Amino acid sequence: MHELTEQIVVITGSARGIGFAIAQRFASALATVIIIDLNAELVDKAVKSLRDQGGKAFGYIGNVTDGKMIEELFAQIVKEHGPIDTLVNNAGVTRDNLMLRMKEEEWQLVMDINLKGTFICTQKVFKHMMKARQGSIINIASVIGLMGNAGQANYAASKGGMIAFTKSCAKEFSSRNVRVNAVAPGFIETEMTAALSEDVRASYAKVIPLGKMGTPDDVAKVCLFLASEFSSYITGQTIAVDGGLTMH
Amino acid sequence: MDIEAKVKQIVMDKLGVEEAQVVPAANFIEDLRADSLDTVELVMAFEDEFGLTIPDEDQDKLRTVGQAIDYLKEKLG
Repeated sequence: MHELTEQIVVITGSARGIGFAIAQRFASALATVIIIDLNAELVDKAVKSLRDQGGKAFGYIGNVTDGKMIEELFAQIVKEHGPIDTLVNNAGVTRDNLMLRMKEEEWQLVMDINLKGTFICTQKVFKHMMKARQGSIINIASVIGLMGNAGQANYAASKGGMIAFTKSCAKEFSSRNVRVNAVAPGFIETEMTAALSEDVRASYAKVIPLGKMGTPDDVAKVCLFLASEFSSYITGQTIAVDGGLTMH
Repeated sequence: MDIEAKVKQIVMDKLGVEEAQVVPAANFIEDLRADSLDTVELVMAFEDEFGLTIPDEDQDKLRTVGQAIDYLKEKLG
C-alpha cells in the first residue's frame, strides 16, 4: 500500500526487536533504510537480513546520547544517501525496579537513552529537514507513558516525556512542513515479553479488548503510515497500538 | 567575496527576498518577514559561512542586515 520509493528512513536502535520490524516494513515499502545501533555485529546481521529479503539497507554504529557523534553521523548519511525523509526515534531501554529500590543510575540511564537520545536525534535531523521543508519524525513511546506502571517509574517518565516532547516539536516544526508524531505500543511480543510466564501473558491478554498481544509488525505498520503521504494532515499525535488497552 | 556581500547572499537565499530589499536598515522580522525559526537558520548559516560561533546572548543584537554585517565585521576583523 504505502510505497516509499526514493525515501531515506533513519531508525535508531533498529538492529533487533520492534526497531528491526520497523526497518523490515520500510524496506519492503522500497525505502532506503538506515539502521543505527550500538553493536556492530548486530547491525551487520540486520543489514544483511534486509538485503537478503531484497531491501535497500545500510548500517551505522551510533550512540543516540552522543550529540556530536549523531550530528556527524546524520551529515554523513545525508552526504552518502541524500536528505533524510523520516526519522524513527526507537532506541530505548528499561531498567525496572520498584521506586523504593530504584537507583539513580537506573533512572538516569533510562532518561538518557529514551528521552535525551530522542531530543538529540530530533534536533540534529531537524537541521536537515528544515532546509528540505519536509519530513516526518516518529517517536516510539509506550502505553506505559500514558497509563504508568508499577516498577517502571523511570521508563514511564521517559515515555510520557517523549509524548509531551512530540507535541512541542510538532508545534515548533509545523511551519517547515515537518510532522512529529508518537506511537505508543502496548503489550507486544518481543524478546522482552517472551521471558514472561504463560500465566502472566494470559492475564495481560484478558485486559486487552482485542484479546491478544500485538506483534512488532503491528507497530511497524503505523510507523509506515506516519512516514507516508497518507498521514499528511496528522502531527503532534500519539497513536496507541495496543489492541484497545488504553482507549478512552 | 567580502563579508557584506556574503551576508546579503545568505539573507537572500534563506529568506527568499530580492537584493533590493536587503538594505542595511532592513529588519529581518519586520521588513523581510522572517519568523523565529528563520532567524535561527540565518544565525546558523552565518556560523557555517564564517566559521564562528554566535552565542545565544548575541543573537538579539542581529536584528537588521546592517547589525549582522557590523557584528560579523567586528568578530572577524
